[in-house]
Amino acid sequence: MLKMTPLNQTHRDMNAKMVDFGGWDMPLHYGSQLDEHHKVRLDAGMFDVSHMLPVDIKGDNVRGFLRSLVANNVDKLTLPGKALYSCMLTPQGGIIDDLIIYFLSETWFRIVVNAGTADKDVAWMLKQRDELAPNLEITPRRDLAMIAVQGPNARTKVWQVIPGSQAATEELKQFQSAVVDQYFIARTGYTGEDGFEIILPAADAPTFWKALHAAGVAPAGLGARDTLRLEAGMNLYGQDMDETRNPMESGLAWTVDLKSERDFIGKQALLDTPTAQQLVGLVLIDRGVLRSHQQVVGQRDGVEYQGEITSGGFSPTMNQSIALARLPVQIAVGDEVSVVVRDKKLRAKVVKYPFVRNGKVLV
Amino acid sequence: MSIPTNLKYSKSHEWVKPEADGTVTVGITHHAQELLGDMVFIELPEVGRELKQKEECAVAESVKAAADVYSPISGEVTAVNSPLVDEPGKINEDAYSAWLFKLKPSNAAELDGLLDAATYTELVENEGH
Repeated sequence: MLKMTPLNQTHRDMNAKMVDFGGWDMPLHYGSQLDEHHKVRLDAGMFDVSHMLPVDIKGDNVRGFLRSLVANNVDKLTLPGKALYSCMLTPQGGIIDDLIIYFLSETWFRIVVNAGTADKDVAWMLKQRDELAPNLEITPRRDLAMIAVQGPNARTKVWQVIPGSQAATEELKQFQSAVVDQYFIARTGYTGEDGFEIILPAADAPTFWKALHAAGVAPAGLGARDTLRLEAGMNLYGQDMDETRNPMESGLAWTVDLKSERDFIGKQALLDTPTAQQLVGLVLIDRGVLRSHQQVVGQRDGVEYQGEITSGGFSPTMNQSIALARLPVQIAVGDEVSVVVRDKKLRAKVVKYPFVRNGKVLV
Repeated sequence: MSIPTNLKYSKSHEWVKPEADGTVTVGITHHAQELLGDMVFIELPEVGRELKQKEECAVAESVKAAADVYSPISGEVTAVNSPLVDEPGKINEDAYSAWLFKLKPSNAAELDGLLDAATYTELVENEGH
């Protein structure tokens, strides 16, 4: 039996094509994944991301616990409502999950984790809690729904739907949040566009979704979500990283704080492990479509090397194929590589990603 | 969308239209494009290539996946729909007018082995369960 979000029937009523996404019955698209992609880049679209899990951590000195639990430094969170992107690591430095931490007060932080990893994440958090901070209360919030409204007009349309939300959220910068009545509104997302991710009581989700639709926000499925995040150069857990990879070889060194004195789980392993591989962007020169797990081959200084595409696909905004690939650190932006596609070797160029941000092509 | 009764079908979701000049036109079915989603890349066979029945001869890629197209019958490729390469979305708009290639059959008996519309409809319906 597949798990369902509070919006399952709503998706079906809107003729969504539903698919099994890691055990969740989720909308792939509502007709055309390409149209949904463009709608988000040019106007406003919404995604049901209720399969992701908010986890509330409450009690005395949550901050102290999080200093150990995650690789980024929660001391960067000084203003209530501020959010931080981080990895949670194994002692070996492998990525258990990537997540967003919201600082609500010194006694209440909220962490939003991926759907596919939610159970193991919570188990890991509880295990660490028992060792490091047994007084803390950790509560998975399956009673909440989450809707991402994304696109250049996303915020305006949310303001039309939630009375009083404009005044409360207009001044929010990226990675800040505010609470308006039953809505937790964060200026975050997974598309490279402006917008909000909104957490609300599950029972209110269908009405809110329909109100957004009436305000002109297009429903968008997991298909568009994947092409948008790939263009935005954002990692997908399980594809671009997992427990066998550390942040340094996954394009996430910027999320690891090695400067402060603070110790965190996985820190020593990261300090002890030289980084041999990196995540790079690829733009396909020849015709075709790059896909995850395709082999990348090339030569540098007369030495043959190999790598692999971790996420590949067609970029609707650029109208050509792009990918993230894991290659040796010696490979530099501007290099040309070959990708093995069926019986052919296609030429691709190494680029600095993101590929697209705020509607503009950057490569 | 109803399945045209004037065409023949393969189990691998290609449609075949026998033409007056003895050639056949080949494309992929509405059902196939529906499964694949928005098409973004098409690779067509070379004109003049001799194909065997069920041989991989073209590639249709959507945003979601790559699918091989198999030749429904044996024969020589006499024409390809080159403009389709720049507009793969035409397949989503109307799979039965967005043809891929034409063949001169080398074994006309193979045509009789293809499915008629009623049998193909049944195949598609059973797939859904």
